[in-house]
Amino acid sequence: MNAPDARYYDAFLQAILEGHSNDDAVAALLAQPAFAVYRNTIFKGCVDALVANYPTVHRLVGSAWMESAALQFARHHLPRQASLIAYGEGFAEFLRTVEAVRELPYLPGVAALDRCWTESHLAADQPVLAVAALHTALEAGQDVTLVPHAASRWHHDAQHPVYTIWSANRREDGHAELAPAWQGEGALLTRPHAQVQWQPLSLGASRFLDACRDGFSIARAAARALEHEPDLDIAAMLGLLIQADAFTSFY
Amino acid sequence: MTAHLLSAGLGLKPQHFDAALDCSAPGLWFEVHPENYLMDGGPRLAWLQAIREHHPVALHGVSLSLAGPDAPDPVHLRQLAQLAERIEPVLVSEHLAWSRAGGHYLPDLLPVPRTAATLARLAANISRTQDVLKRRIALENPSHYLRMDQHSWSEPEFLHELVRRTGCGLLVDVNNVHVSACNLGIDARQYLDQLPVDDILEIHLAGHSADASLPGLLIDSHDAPIAAPVWALYQHLLARTGARPTLIERDGNVPAFEELMAERGTATTLLQETVAAPQEQTA
Repeated sequence: MNAPDARYYDAFLQAILEGHSNDDAVAALLAQPAFAVYRNTIFKGCVDALVANYPTVHRLVGSAWMESAALQFARHHLPRQASLIAYGEGFAEFLRTVEAVRELPYLPGVAALDRCWTESHLAADQPVLAVAALHTALEAGQDVTLVPHAASRWHHDAQHPVYTIWSANRREDGHAELAPAWQGEGALLTRPHAQVQWQPLSLGASRFLDACRDGFSIARAAARALEHEPDLDIAAMLGLLIQADAFTSFY
Repeated sequence: MTAHLLSAGLGLKPQHFDAALDCSAPGLWFEVHPENYLMDGGPRLAWLQAIREHHPVALHGVSLSLAGPDAPDPVHLRQLAQLAERIEPVLVSEHLAWSRAGGHYLPDLLPVPRTAATLARLAANISRTQDVLKRRIALENPSHYLRMDQHSWSEPEFLHELVRRTGCGLLVDVNNVHVSACNLGIDARQYLDQLPVDDILEIHLAGHSADASLPGLLIDSHDAPIAAPVWALYQHLLARTGARPTLIERDGNVPAFEELMAERGTATTLLQETVAAPQEQTA
């Protein structure tokens, strides 16, 4: 910040965040009751964006709890980007530090899936995998590497049935009357036909996608998947992933 | 953008997408905040492109922070230029305000003292933006809530000077003028009369509300129909400017599309009356 009057901006920011100012000019603004309009608008903008970007968390905890947690997050993580459509990266991790979440231990996993939805929704357009060409390559015995589609997101929670909880509550007409088997679950989100869609994803398939993303070939990615899920049917899994438009290309 | 092409338009809300797409009212146009479309691809961008195929669209930025301590964020500016290339907007506008400092973005239009230093930086930031976008932008007057002792210019003089230095145009938000005039005790008509009339490219209209806890304070809330004093100020301004593209903003308590179109009808009537009546002579 090189401006000769840069002090004004720093002081204004401090007044917003901390409610006091050592700068005379900004202190005179802060002394006016209407200064609260700016503070309220700024934090309301952050809270509204978090509520919009984490609708399933909002549905599960209600407005009062969500707005309180969002405000707490915003105070420590003001937006870095001028566009709030993707604001809230790190909200799932933040929720792990909130004391009240101990009673809802699956909430960070649900937040992670809301984040997956946002990232999938905003991702670049890309072609989907040329399946016939892939078959030809595999039949010729080539060990190719699959490239996940820009709009593919996946997440696996080791302890909680987050896919069941999230998918039942993501849509406005969803319901929360669930009795899932209490075990770890994962989800795959893709964007075929310009709409985000989701399906459950096993631990092995999740590790397979991780390996693809990291540039491992199909054979090595499959080996990685089997380490985590020895019974996994690799061919069936691959069929499901391809059908969901999880990949854009191979090399 | 000229008054011959556009009459009254509406801020575009996602819940009105289908109705907006199907509407064929003559001269209808829409305005969006580019910040909501600065993504790499996907359905939302496709949605805006579909609207654009049927209607003129203007980009009304809220976060370039032109009055801030730093130059516009180059990544943001590049994304804005890409969006403008894709959408071919009829107008791009921004605010006389700041929202970014110290690496943080504060989602509001924050006030600045109108000093020589602010003027120089604003002029540089507007010029930079116009260079990257390869087009003239319009600068909007913000709503004011605070008294500030450090001003060296009145706002109309300051805006006029920015127009002179950068060649930018003005977007006159009549509701903001009314809200600021009430909150700061200035004369709204006098304010409007001091603006350089030929450089006014667009007019904004919106509703406001009284602050719930601070008596006498008006908030530029965009959550109500346009108030009678704002319509009166609009007519006063039109008498000077002649018909200018006019946009109705509504962001809270958003009614049905038809209700907004009815409000737009009032603006359209006033614009038509302005075209029919001879304009006041301006200096």
